[in-house]
Amino acid sequence: MITAADIVPLAPEIFLLGATCALLLIDLFLSDQRRGLVHFLALLTLAGTAILAARAGFDPAADTTAFGGMFVRDVMADALKVFICVITGAAFVYAKPYLQDRDLFKGEFYVLCLTCVLGMLVMVSAGNLVTAYLGLELQALSAYALVALHRDNRLASEAGMKYFVLGSLASGMLLYGMSMLYGATGTLDLAVLHEASAQAADRTLLLFGVVFIVVGIAFKFGAAPFHMWIPDVYHGAPTAITLFIGSAPKIAAFGLAYRLLVDGTGMLDEEWRIMIGWLAALSLVIGNVVAIAQTNLKRMLAYSTVSHVGFLFLGLAAGTAAGYAAAMFYAITYALMSTAAFAAIILLSRRGFEAEEIDDFRGLNRRHPWYALLVLLVMFSLAGVPPLVGFWSKLVVLQAAIQGDLLWLAIVAIVFAVIGAYYYLRVVKVMYFDAPTEDTLPGKRDPQLKLLLTANALLLLVLGLFWAPLIELCERALGV
Amino acid sequence: MGSNWPLLSLLIWLPVLGGFATLAFGRERADGARWFSLLVALAVLLLSLPLYTGHDAASAAMQFVERAPWVPSFDIFYHLGVDGISIALILLTTLCTVLVIIGAWRSVEERVHQYLAAFLILEGMMIGVFAAMDAMLFYVFFEAMLIPMFIIIGVWGGPRRVYASLKFFLYTFLGSIFMLVGLIYLYLKGGSFALADLYQLPLGATEQTWLFFAFLAGFAIKVPMFPVHTWLPDAHVEAPTGGSVILAAIMLKIGGYGFIRFSLPITPDAGQEWAWLMIALSLVAVVYVGMVALVQADMKKLIAYSSVAHMGFVTLGTFIVFALVARPEGADAARLGLQGAMVQMVSHGLISGAMFSCVGVLYDRMHTRMIKDYGGVVNTMPWFAALWVFFSMANSGLPGTSGFVGEFMVILASFQYSPVVALLAALTLIIGAGYSLWLVKRVIFGAVANENVAQLKDVNPREALVLGVFALGVLALGVYPKPLTDLMDASIAQLVQQLLASKL
Repeated sequence: MITAADIVPLAPEIFLLGATCALLLIDLFLSDQRRGLVHFLALLTLAGTAILAARAGFDPAADTTAFGGMFVRDVMADALKVFICVITGAAFVYAKPYLQDRDLFKGEFYVLCLTCVLGMLVMVSAGNLVTAYLGLELQALSAYALVALHRDNRLASEAGMKYFVLGSLASGMLLYGMSMLYGATGTLDLAVLHEASAQAADRTLLLFGVVFIVVGIAFKFGAAPFHMWIPDVYHGAPTAITLFIGSAPKIAAFGLAYRLLVDGTGMLDEEWRIMIGWLAALSLVIGNVVAIAQTNLKRMLAYSTVSHVGFLFLGLAAGTAAGYAAAMFYAITYALMSTAAFAAIILLSRRGFEAEEIDDFRGLNRRHPWYALLVLLVMFSLAGVPPLVGFWSKLVVLQAAIQGDLLWLAIVAIVFAVIGAYYYLRVVKVMYFDAPTEDTLPGKRDPQLKLLLTANALLLLVLGLFWAPLIELCERALGV
Repeated sequence: MGSNWPLLSLLIWLPVLGGFATLAFGRERADGARWFSLLVALAVLLLSLPLYTGHDAASAAMQFVERAPWVPSFDIFYHLGVDGISIALILLTTLCTVLVIIGAWRSVEERVHQYLAAFLILEGMMIGVFAAMDAMLFYVFFEAMLIPMFIIIGVWGGPRRVYASLKFFLYTFLGSIFMLVGLIYLYLKGGSFALADLYQLPLGATEQTWLFFAFLAGFAIKVPMFPVHTWLPDAHVEAPTGGSVILAAIMLKIGGYGFIRFSLPITPDAGQEWAWLMIALSLVAVVYVGMVALVQADMKKLIAYSSVAHMGFVTLGTFIVFALVARPEGADAARLGLQGAMVQMVSHGLISGAMFSCVGVLYDRMHTRMIKDYGGVVNTMPWFAALWVFFSMANSGLPGTSGFVGEFMVILASFQYSPVVALLAALTLIIGAGYSLWLVKRVIFGAVANENVAQLKDVNPREALVLGVFALGVLALGVYPKPLTDLMDASIAQLVQQLLASKL
């Protein structure tokens, strides 16, 4: 029996679904000149969803479940949803001039992105293995289609295909793991699973299940050694779409990981913490070392993602509430940094020219000192240099790891953070120390894009100076 | 204590905001940027004077304290305060920044506004390092400082600037990040980042050793101590004049300051245990690196190696303290050693800043730093030659200059520990005189070497002003160092007291 108590917690998702369907219809009746309306309505949809998600004011007293525990509404879910919507909104603004230049400015982009967001919202609110899988697949299928949106482009089609094949494999793994958990405990409900896993008779089966779950999660995050799709997809997809799939889904992936690992198999944390710890170490090593060899900025940022996932896993591997809060902080701040970094590529690109080689940023400081300064802030934030927020996100996960007796992992992390600093510095070097070439000109001078990039990069500095509210929100979300 | 308004915050943020404002002048209004940044730097210098006058020298307590919660859930506070040691270094910072801005007036023509902005922001960060009373706040300033310096070396530096700037950044980043792990460990153990709390925290012997080496990684690279000094010659040689001056005069001191603020009081027992290593490395720096300086063909490289040798005195004076406090009646000698290290820091700040400014004066005219391209400069630049000779004398530790005071105090302190150590340290007076005076002989004296030297013009009033202020400082400290030692006396006495108490 569905009651109002079931429907109300789902308000953001229901609103988003309804608005997306409406948008799909409206788009049919619009001429190409008036496509801007879809853009505007999509932003409005995200704003509405974010407001609905934030309506409880992040008060832990308002936590509820709906549909018999299928769906969880708590502070963490609300906070993650708000950030997913905000970052997707930023991605829309950044994407618009890029898509217009490449004749990709179509309603499909918005509809697919919004269904992808819907999938993410369901993921972070999952209270049941089936809900989690449903959300994940909705998100993933939309993302596959988005990557291949530019279907005449060979690289994009290849990337889409690769993403689809590998992504399906990972989903299969996850599903396989879920079936084992079900087999061992006889339940799909995460809360029940949590209790049942403590007394399960067949611990081997349970552990096998956890292994497959961890693999699936690692794939979705792009942690090494399951990172193979990341560079190709990031490189092959149109930059605007890379920007989107490189940012908000990381936040959702954190939500999924938390739901499955902590809410679901939290009793087995002794075991999965070891796995996550090794995945973190591998990601840090592979991500940072391989990124040095890249000359293509998108590929470099892809490998940098792998290394950042390693850092994020440090917080998960700590296995404490403070560690999860740190990982959540990391996911949110990373998404902010990553959007700004890809937005810089969009800023310098124009019709027929993709500023995706690092050398395309050559001498930017002489041509456009302001943008050079903004990219400098983004790069130093990614490298983790104070006072930018990237430093604090590294600090909180390192602190969590040391507290969780993972000193060795913390040492690996900092050594590779220094190695990683090199490739971010190289971007700064190219912008500031080298002489400009012909192509170092911002392409389409879209005022919204420029304004938002400015706000986004400065936010990294402002958050670096005043990061207390954000970390406190994360701590409240995880009950630290 | 006096005033109620947040003097230290003003000193930190005025130059930072001034720096960003300087950026707004743009390329076209370079003169506006020059005057504006000079105004800001002068204002900061004036504002820093009340620190000296308003400071209660009899008290070792932190003064001008400001404290506000920053990130309550991580117990990080925006906590500022200064004692005699910090005040001396802050005054050095504010003075040097003004001189660097005047020095760059005509010698930097490319993207002047960015150059000046970088120095002002750097100044704010450096004052922040000296004023931070919270370990995390200290770390933030300590690291943030790297960003403007990286840009300064990389944009306005010499031919190998890219290599030098990356090496500088990565080297220091690597060192400080180990320190960060140490700080996090201390926080998890003691629940506070406040330096005063960390001083009280009892620590076991093994922990102390690990922490000691974590701090060592951060500060030894900054000082730099042998064998992690190799970034310094590269950075110095490639940096523009102003960058070299700030690097030598202030940034190296931050390493020494870190030892005094962190290593000594937080890990006294480990310091006691490893003092032999630190003393040995300091002596290697003094003797071996001094000899390396002798054979350099590049003036800036020579001065860079001489900096490493002189900073060896700072670390020697700092760590000889452990060897001294262990013995009865050793506290006086320990105070002398620390006083010597601090005087040496201030003095070396002035002397090395002056020496690099001198090289800058020559470089602006000849565009070469190679010693072999010079000779007989005294014939065309008599005033400049007089100043150079004076600074070289100070660099080799001539009595009457500030260079003598600090070195003498450190040698005196080390003599009470071991005459052999004192003898080795005293070798610097010979080696230092060797490389400084030989440099003078080759560059300044002799016959005019070539056409270019024959056409040199003597220092203009602006350059004379910069070098003159440096010379006055060196002379004043050399003749009458009492104001400086009085300023730091109480703080140093308290530090020695802290060392006497074991934390085990």
